[in-house]
Amino acid sequence: MTVLYDWLIGPFADFSFMRRALVACLALSLGSGAMGVFLVLRRMSLIGDTMAHSVLPGAAIGFMLAGVSLPAMSLGGFVAGLLVALASGLVSRFTPLKEDASFASFFMISLAIGVLLVSTHGSTVDLMHVLFGSILAVDDSSLILMASVASVTLLLLAVIFRGLVAECFDPLYLRAVKGRGGVYHVLFLVLVVLNMVSGFQALGTLMAVGLMMLPATAARFWARQVWSLIFVATLTAFVSGYIGLVLSYQYNLPSGPAIVLVAGMIYLISIAVGPRDGIFLRLLTRRHLRS
Amino acid sequence: MTVSVPMVSLRDVTVAYDRHPAIHHLSCFFAKGCLTAVVGPNGAGKSTLVKSIAGLLRPLEGHVRLNGVEHRDVAYLPQLANIDDSFPISVRDVVLLGLWRRTGAFGEISKAMCDEASKALSTVGLDGFEERAFGSVSAGQRQRVLFARVLIADSQLILLDEPFSAVDSRTVADLIRLIERWHGEGRTVIAVLHDHEQVRRHFPDSLLLARELVAQGATSDVLSPANLLRARAMSEAWDEDADVCRGAA
Repeated sequence: MTVLYDWLIGPFADFSFMRRALVACLALSLGSGAMGVFLVLRRMSLIGDTMAHSVLPGAAIGFMLAGVSLPAMSLGGFVAGLLVALASGLVSRFTPLKEDASFASFFMISLAIGVLLVSTHGSTVDLMHVLFGSILAVDDSSLILMASVASVTLLLLAVIFRGLVAECFDPLYLRAVKGRGGVYHVLFLVLVVLNMVSGFQALGTLMAVGLMMLPATAARFWARQVWSLIFVATLTAFVSGYIGLVLSYQYNLPSGPAIVLVAGMIYLISIAVGPRDGIFLRLLTRRHLRS
Repeated sequence: MTVSVPMVSLRDVTVAYDRHPAIHHLSCFFAKGCLTAVVGPNGAGKSTLVKSIAGLLRPLEGHVRLNGVEHRDVAYLPQLANIDDSFPISVRDVVLLGLWRRTGAFGEISKAMCDEASKALSTVGLDGFEERAFGSVSAGQRQRVLFARVLIADSQLILLDEPFSAVDSRTVADLIRLIERWHGEGRTVIAVLHDHEQVRRHFPDSLLLARELVAQGATSDVLSPANLLRARAMSEAWDEDADVCRGAA
């Protein structure tokens, strides 16, 4: 019993930095789960990735101007991510280029600027910090930022939920009834950028997307409605965060990749045993139902 | 045509993709309460016409006027192929989208509205399908669901874009009965169709399109062999190096 306690609860009881990290995971999960589900539904799974990278130059500029300052780096990242999202949205709306192609183009420009800035004005350590984050060094102001982003995300999502679902499902119909689907799409992109910025403090730009997409794709094998998908994804994200933190503490692993790898494991397990189209279930239930 | 008040009128409308006109200097009107089939070869601009009436496409030139109905009150049935059938949404929620005019993005969805949705589903022959996932039903049943969405919108102007593609004959028969019921209730129905036999049997009026207007009027006059031949010849002429059009129809 004590072994179990030492393993699973001890680290959090003994060290405040572990407790902070756990709370950070909870806050991230609350926002990221829903964002991931909608990105998958909009067939924008890879766009999360491009958005995360585009945050980099903004964060770098913030770093150059104000040093390791959370508000400056977050604001910079938010502005850069938003610029890429809006520019891509405009290009795909007014040119024949599809949304994924225009996102890919703008994020490459943005990423190159980011790497250029970091390598000419900072050290490699700084670049590693931005790319991979450090959830074990989350301070009060980061926690408040993450909690605020999670709250804003959930509140705004509740307000625009119906419009966003309708816009994802049948955008042409929504346009026919003058439902202003574009507004929901833009608000959604703003939320995605916000959650990226909130995630890169803790997990880094690369890993933040992992916590967004993997729980969402895993949820696909457990749930069949938008709200239940979001619920499962959020839960998966938080469980991944908890297990990842425990593993990183016990085996002295970097926490970001540990968390995302746990989410990846859950995804693979879901493919195998998930009750909705999971592989094993399909093999086991070869025999079909009575017609 | 029985009543001569135009519900929809197009004057000299040109809609273009990449500057090539999909419909070209089209002037026509649809009387209130008419049941009109829009026919023509592939690429004749049939869907473009319906989308322009629904306000989804902005004409390059000319204008589309609706009389006695707002653009947002038009019930539009998109082609089934445009809808993501793996989307996790229940049949009831799809039908309730038809009430968008009343609910908007924020309005309450009452028990009465859910009952309306169930009634609409029952009318299209899908009793008890409310909780089913939209993606789990057959293509024919999906089309029935979309008809229920049109039904519940209770609109005076109904636009159907290829409502019978990929749908079996039994479903077609049921849906045509529904269309005839709308016609009987005095609603204006405009449908893009391919099957000329179907059109001759069920649609009193037709509009034959080949980017430009070929003929409009009683179906028996419009769908003459001479007109159909002319429509095909006109729509096959796509000139990559076409000069800028200066003329009016």
